[in-house]
Amino acid sequence: MDLARYHRLRSAYYRLEGQRCTSCQAIQFPPRTACRICRERSLEPHRLSGRGIVYSHAEVAQAPRGFAAPYVVALVKLEEGLLLTAQLTDVEPEDVVIGLPAEMVTRRLQEHGPHGYLVYGYKFRPVLHRRKAS
Amino acid sequence: MRNVYIVGVGQTPVGEHWDRGLRELGASAVRDAMADARVERAGALYVGNMMGGCLNGQENVATLLADAAGLLPIEAWKVEAACASGGAAVRAAALAVGSGAHDVAIAVGVEKMTDGMPETVTAGLATAADQDFEASHGLSFVALSALLMRRYMHETGCSREAFAPFAVNAHANGVTNAKAMFREEITAEEFTRSPIVASPIGILDAAPVCDGAAAVVVCSDDALRGHHKPVRVAASAVATATIDLASREDILTLAAAATSAAKVYEKARLGPKDIDLFEAHDAFTIITALSLEACGFARRGEALAIAAKGCIGRDGGCVPLSTFGGLKARGHPVGASGAYQIVEAALQLRGEAGANQVPGARRALTQSIGGHGSVAVTHVLES
Amino acid sequence: MTPLRAVGIAGYGAYVPRWRVATADISAAWRPRGAAAPAVVEKSVPGPDEDVITMAIEAARTALDRARLDPRAIGAIWVGTESKPYAVKPSATVVAEALGITPNVVAADMEFACKAGSEAMQAAVAFVGAGMVGAALAIGMDTAQSKPGDALEYTAGCGGAAYLFGPAGDALAVVEASVSHVTDTPDFFRREGAAYPEHGGRFTGEPSYFKHTLAASRRLLEELGAAPGDFAHAVFHQPVPKFVEKAAAELGFTREQIRVGLVAKRMGNAYAGSSLLGLAAVLDIARAGDRVFFCSYGSGAGSDAFAFRVTDRIESRREGPAVADYLDQGRRVSGYGQYLQLKGKIRRS
Repeated sequence: MDLARYHRLRSAYYRLEGQRCTSCQAIQFPPRTACRICRERSLEPHRLSGRGIVYSHAEVAQAPRGFAAPYVVALVKLEEGLLLTAQLTDVEPEDVVIGLPAEMVTRRLQEHGPHGYLVYGYKFRPVLHRRKAS
Repeated sequence: MRNVYIVGVGQTPVGEHWDRGLRELGASAVRDAMADARVERAGALYVGNMMGGCLNGQENVATLLADAAGLLPIEAWKVEAACASGGAAVRAAALAVGSGAHDVAIAVGVEKMTDGMPETVTAGLATAADQDFEASHGLSFVALSALLMRRYMHETGCSREAFAPFAVNAHANGVTNAKAMFREEITAEEFTRSPIVASPIGILDAAPVCDGAAAVVVCSDDALRGHHKPVRVAASAVATATIDLASREDILTLAAAATSAAKVYEKARLGPKDIDLFEAHDAFTIITALSLEACGFARRGEALAIAAKGCIGRDGGCVPLSTFGGLKARGHPVGASGAYQIVEAALQLRGEAGANQVPGARRALTQSIGGHGSVAVTHVLES
Repeated sequence: MTPLRAVGIAGYGAYVPRWRVATADISAAWRPRGAAAPAVVEKSVPGPDEDVITMAIEAARTALDRARLDPRAIGAIWVGTESKPYAVKPSATVVAEALGITPNVVAADMEFACKAGSEAMQAAVAFVGAGMVGAALAIGMDTAQSKPGDALEYTAGCGGAAYLFGPAGDALAVVEASVSHVTDTPDFFRREGAAYPEHGGRFTGEPSYFKHTLAASRRLLEELGAAPGDFAHAVFHQPVPKFVEKAAAELGFTREQIRVGLVAKRMGNAYAGSSLLGLAAVLDIARAGDRVFFCSYGSGAGSDAFAFRVTDRIESRREGPAVADYLDQGRRVSGYGQYLQLKGKIRRS
């Protein structure tokens, strides 16, 4: 992807920043120009929690240019109720099951060659550390 | 809107055409369709093509084909709706004639996929997905289908094996289609054992990378001639859904397919029971299953059951599917497939399908889908 | 050195990747049978999608979560490393963006071989202590590179930690004082464009590691009027466990005092992350009132020594992954070949 496009995506890629509609309170990710529920344009930035469970998964054997197979991709159902598409990391493909609790981490998504720039963004991994109930 | 009739069809074989590029494939299909219709000229040419730019470095594809086919200075422009581009081109032609803008129009779908290395083609196909939130995360087209298939299997409890009938049926129908890329039968056993491409999708779940072009000539009542065997476009409709899979209300409902099907059923005043054959967008067996459910041929989660019962076969099936091999066996030159579906449905309704004939076929449903159900182009054709 | 205003650690976070390579597999590739056993059994290796930036982000997020302060209070961030993803372009800005603390922030990367992380700590203490910023992040992190077959390949590991410094009044551990002992000593280095570092063999010992570590440590103890026995724990830079044990013995620290901080035994030497990780392991189990002695070492050469006093806020500021959580999730790569592939040591064109 072009540098400028990557730069535009940084708040979504680095901080999982979506939107909340101030009219109907719906949360959406990816960001849009209008609310996907009520279609109003009254949107404000909203950071997602990054916690969820695996809703579906697949292992990519034939990667598009710029990616090195094999890797696992998934639909993750976030705490907020949304689905989100991402790579899974730090997990063996055979250990991935629907329902696996997962958390967002920031990892290298792309490397544009040894002299090109690096794209950082979100992936999900099995939850590393269970937070003790406070 | 005026009546619209398909009066000419043309198609190249689907395969790896090392000796023919975009212009040769497209122009030959156009001229073949015109010859079939016995027309010397037309009012407009609509070209369906998805990846001319990113794979072949060629935009302005409609001008290219108009020039190569000897049709200048015809009105011509490219229609793009991802893998539904061919279907959308037919819709554009139908709208042009139906609205009275033209009396005769040509729609052609063309795609040249085999020149590029696999990773380039994979990246090209991914341009149908959400670049920022799917493709840039490494999601390939196949992987998105795999996500759908795994969730479907999870919710219905079915196995991979249960999808076999779609592939087996498509290949069986491809055997007698001289234009098909794959002309050999496969067994359910071979399907089950086929190498995995993106678990749970195996090689035999997926349509091949290939080249091809298919074209139709459509015209108004006034332009009909005695030698024509007209097939009427009873209805056509297009609908869209979210570009990214994750934003769907329910990923296992192909909402765009369902909406466009509902619209054509309403316009043509008929329902699934009135359809004699269905050229579905069988790029992946999971999409075939979901298309059957979206278009009302099976209830949610039951597409595999009706396939297992033999409903999709050409002879005596309740919904004959992929009658010439479909995207699976005839092939899926992506921007052309929607046009191939129309050509094949028209041949069926003319009674010219030869060994592939669905007996007594009078009404056909064709559905061309772009992305993973993000856009659907549906037609009902009547003899 | 002590700043004008008292400073402490508001939050801290660690990171070690999950991959491990058995040093016996490296040995099998290069050494004759019967060669001496490597100093550590296994070392940590970065995954294919990890680098200093991704690791620093995770450690910093943990530190920020634990500190419970408004991210906008962070006015400075330094990432100390010798394995920057970009030779020119700061890692710190990516971390800052990921934390949401741009644009009112001072940010830069620091280099001083293995003491780049403690270098960042010195600067963070100074900015907070001078009242220039409310809080400052210091990160030491490395995906240490080493020449195939070289002695360093048996120990060069991967990981590090982040320290968020703020006013002492809200800290989990207060900074008592720090010193820095620096000379020009070229014991280990890497030229611009070179893939692997060079080192001076035994020259890296007495005249380098020990000279600076002992000098900085003794000066700090003297400044504080303290004795080794006053400290519950002591953390040193960990090229190999033997160096730490010897330095500790020379200074008068016991094996028990260095035990918790000696993380290298389980993961190798994380270079600029090494001593910071050891400190994090200590903070994971420290009790209120504990004094913690810390002395880094960086080739080139120099040592930063710090003394900390743990407060009673420590118990409530330790939620989230501990160093042990990261060490315990270790998974062996399939062998030396996969290790080489992950570390980018195989030329593909």
